[in-house]
Amino acid sequence: MADSAVPSGHAPAILSARGICIAFGPRTVLDDVSLDVAEGEIVALLGPSGSGKSTLLRIITGLLRADRGTVELDGRSIDDLPTHRRNIGLVFQDEQLFPHRTVAQNIEFGLRMQRRPRTDRTRRVAELLAVVGLPGFEDRRVTDLSGGEAKRIALARTLAPAPRIVLLDEPLTGLDRELHDQLTVELARLLRETHTTAVLVTHDRDEAAAIADRVVRMEGR
Amino acid sequence: MSARDRNGLSRWTIAALAAPAIAFIGLFYAWPVVALVHRAVTAEAFRTVVHDVSLRRILWFTAWQAAISTAATVVVGLVPAWLLARYEFVGRRFLTALITVPFVLPTVVVGAAFLALLPQSLDQSVVAILVAHVFFNVAVVVRGVGGLWSLLPPDLVGAARTLGASPWRAMREVTLPLLAPAIEASASVVFLFSFTSFGVVRILGGPSHPTLEVEIWERATRLGDVGVAAIVSIIQLVVLGLAVLWFARIQSRHRAAIGLRPLANRRRARGWAERGTVAALSIAVVVAVGTPLAALFERSVRTNAGHSLVAWRAVFGRRQLATGRPTAVSSLDPLGSLFTSLRFALIATVLSVIIGGCASLAIVAMSRTGGRSRLGRALDTGIMLPLGTSAVTIGFGVLVGFSVAPLDWRAAPLLIPLGHALVATPFVVRVLLPTLRSIDPHLRDAASALGASPLRAWREVDMRVMVAPLLTGAGFAAAISLGEFGATTFLTRQGRATLPIAIEQLLARPGAVLHAEGYVLATVLALLTFLVIGAFEGVRSLGDRSG
Amino acid sequence: MKRVIAAALAASLLTTACGSDKPSSASTNPTGTTGTSGSSGSTAVPDADAGTTLTIVAYDSFAVDPKTFESFTASTGIKVEVVTAGDAGAMLSKAALTAGNPEGDVMWGVDNTLLARALDSKVFQPYASPELSNLAPDATALVPGHEATPVDEGDVCINFDIAWFAAHQLDVPTTLDQLTDPKYKDLLVVENPATSSTGLAFLLATVAKFGQDGWQQYWKDLRANGVKVVDGWDQAYDEQFSGSSGKGPRPLVVSYGSSPPFEVIYADPKPAAAPTGVMGASCFHQVEFAGVLRGTDHPAAAGKLIDFLVSKEFQDTMPLTLYVYPVRDDASVPAEFTEYAVRPTGLPTVSPADIEAHAKDWINAWTDITVR
Repeated sequence: MADSAVPSGHAPAILSARGICIAFGPRTVLDDVSLDVAEGEIVALLGPSGSGKSTLLRIITGLLRADRGTVELDGRSIDDLPTHRRNIGLVFQDEQLFPHRTVAQNIEFGLRMQRRPRTDRTRRVAELLAVVGLPGFEDRRVTDLSGGEAKRIALARTLAPAPRIVLLDEPLTGLDRELHDQLTVELARLLRETHTTAVLVTHDRDEAAAIADRVVRMEGR
Repeated sequence: MSARDRNGLSRWTIAALAAPAIAFIGLFYAWPVVALVHRAVTAEAFRTVVHDVSLRRILWFTAWQAAISTAATVVVGLVPAWLLARYEFVGRRFLTALITVPFVLPTVVVGAAFLALLPQSLDQSVVAILVAHVFFNVAVVVRGVGGLWSLLPPDLVGAARTLGASPWRAMREVTLPLLAPAIEASASVVFLFSFTSFGVVRILGGPSHPTLEVEIWERATRLGDVGVAAIVSIIQLVVLGLAVLWFARIQSRHRAAIGLRPLANRRRARGWAERGTVAALSIAVVVAVGTPLAALFERSVRTNAGHSLVAWRAVFGRRQLATGRPTAVSSLDPLGSLFTSLRFALIATVLSVIIGGCASLAIVAMSRTGGRSRLGRALDTGIMLPLGTSAVTIGFGVLVGFSVAPLDWRAAPLLIPLGHALVATPFVVRVLLPTLRSIDPHLRDAASALGASPLRAWREVDMRVMVAPLLTGAGFAAAISLGEFGATTFLTRQGRATLPIAIEQLLARPGAVLHAEGYVLATVLALLTFLVIGAFEGVRSLGDRSG
Repeated sequence: MKRVIAAALAASLLTTACGSDKPSSASTNPTGTTGTSGSSGSTAVPDADAGTTLTIVAYDSFAVDPKTFESFTASTGIKVEVVTAGDAGAMLSKAALTAGNPEGDVMWGVDNTLLARALDSKVFQPYASPELSNLAPDATALVPGHEATPVDEGDVCINFDIAWFAAHQLDVPTTLDQLTDPKYKDLLVVENPATSSTGLAFLLATVAKFGQDGWQQYWKDLRANGVKVVDGWDQAYDEQFSGSSGKGPRPLVVSYGSSPPFEVIYADPKPAAAPTGVMGASCFHQVEFAGVLRGTDHPAAAGKLIDFLVSKEFQDTMPLTLYVYPVRDDASVPAEFTEYAVRPTGLPTVSPADIEAHAKDWINAWTDITVR
């Protein structure tokens, strides 16, 4: 069970998940879970694997439908809104970069979906590449990126269309210690600099502490 | 360039992998065709072809109906491919096997069942031909594309969706481009099949819609004009060779390594809308495929007066008929044909899996090294060509090519399974290539970096990913051999007939019981195909679970 | 390793292929058996042929039981194998391609529509059987040079569905002319002569009846009266004809004079009478021939086999195996044949030479009239 955590001393919640329940067959994964996130806040969901953290993110994005419960964004229920209309970004644990596209094409994907003009997109891609510390990577093939580079590009791709809130699913898992620590610092800085509201899923206590304003603990069932 | 490319396979290894395919195609395909052309083609035959206006018309019709058939088959096939690749549900394996059955049933048989279900207004129309081509070939798309689709991480679509892409847009921007190699591979096979279509065109198209294949057959066997037939056959070959080369070219352009892992990415449908969709689609597939098959069974129990199991008893029990006559024509042994078919299928499957498997590895290895990608394409095309060559040409070519010692094998029984392997090998290759091409070379590099020898790295990475498509390929090969009709009829043969030949012989005689016996065998053939594919699917899914 | 297995397998297959090939180079050791067949007569070369294996090349539907040859082997010491080489047209084209270096020793199944082509392409070498005088004279007359020997006879005729005409209270048509009567509109299904030998035979029947100048108008009238053309006999008889178990929509079909008996013989339960009948005036007579293939290593033995093929013993099996009539009068036919089959006599025909010379043009003209 998760702590029903409410932000304290902050503006009212922009994301609010209430009473979420989901079961896969006989296995109940989330049982009456609630979560509130305030504007500009970075929340870490901390818990062992199998505690349903990733599942909760998928329900918030609409990739998965909860059995019960409701998700609100800016005070309005988005339960019936399809994923692509929710304006919620998600950084996948294994990046899920589009292998048939270049780095630039990956990052501008969301911008193209918003029908932004080409010059606009090119500028924004360069801007984001600078933010994640990989300027000039536009024409690289994503299959040629190193593990750390791929993580940064995945983050840039999610940030590009400026979603209302960014969800990160174990974004730093699978990196070696040194790179992990370096990216942890960078990620924390980057989310703050861009004033991003974010929910970070991790099983790493130190990582959670380093990045998040507030840590919510989820217990495995 | 060094002797080792980045695959870690040496030049010699690649050559050795390609050798069986080259030898097999060269001896049993290229040589007979060359021998036939040399023997039969004369200057006069050339003049006939050049001056024959009707040939141009037939070529044009053949090409456009094949193009439309292919497009329609791909579009229709993607829906069940998606269903079977993405969802886990009760009866999924049943559906997979069922959808493959029409592909291998002799057209004589399903054509008849199909005809009975077709509205009269469509009889002998182009629409009938197109619908039948979709029906017969949809399995190629479902299996070919489905194989790759089930390996695509579903989260790629998830990523596109969270970036603001509608389901349709995500399909267009992410899924389809990533499936492109498999779609193109399947399309090229469907195109070949639709272009060289014979039975469907004769039964459903009627006399006013001949294809080149029908024309070749007619010239060679009706009019005795083997020379003209050989030239037309070469024209067909050139057209299809160019088409296949083009397909191979665009396929080799997609070399994006997706980082496939042999994972089962299927999930159960959630929520009533999704469950309803899965159920509705499954039912639609069962109805579409099952209705003609049910019609087949109905004909097997139909007698001169109502329905009875007399034909089933005649085939399996061999008792006398009510008229005191034997149950079948004396030299036709319906049950024996079943065992003949099974034996041939075994030989053809083993051969085509070995030859096709080795050749696929060679093709991918060659395409990864810039300089040799041309060679790889040539090998790929060479393997495909038998599919685009008329059965008459192969049959007559074997006769001419193998008529002189030391190659006087004209009536050797093994020529039949060899012929089947010739037709089945391209399928094994087509199923394997998209998956092999999509393997991330990094995986191999990683394996090498961890201390694996090149051969070991190759075995660890490629072999594991190859098992699933190889099993699909083997199932296909077995099914193709069971159902092969064209080449078999044109090879001179000795002893027992295969199932499709026996079916055709039984249907070619008057007498209600004989017809019913033909449909008994057809039902048995459908069942057998279903079981073979089901068995390979079963083995394959065991692999999934342990992997 | 896979590769090694592949190579080994390929090698073993090749050996098997070579091993299973039975070249007609005979074992020529004389065994001392004497050719005792009563039919071998003057051509008998005793001793030398014993132990020989002869190959009959036949069309696919040559459904003769291998046991039928046992008595021949017993009396001559010659073994017989049958290979099938496609339908009659495909078989002849193959024989023409390998004329002089044949696939077998004897070929079975060239009919009078293909005879002239077979003779032109010199696939046979002449052999005059001592049995010739016992065979139907109109059939032997077609091969004065004895290149081939007639082995069976039959007729392609329109069959009708007796019950259908009874139910519709319509008279069964008895002449070809009646078929253009609007009364019989949309009732007939025929095969395409370009793709079906049955269809070609029926086209020849109309050419014989209406002459070189008249047949085209007849087919225009048939088309106007709703004749349906399908590609082969299977589709016509099994799918379109109402009198077969296929229960199609049309009660008139081009089939064989001997089809009705088989609706009785291969029926279960046994019907009281044949459900179909034959329209005698619509028939075209077919004669099938067998011959010694030019280039055989065993011409004498092959001659003996021809003698056996036209012997009473072998001819007796013709009706039930190949659905045709024996070519000799003293051979027996089953009761169902005498009762339900029709053998018209005195109908006009077209000579093999005319067929070979004109069939291509007639088929083209027919195609223009009927399906374009």
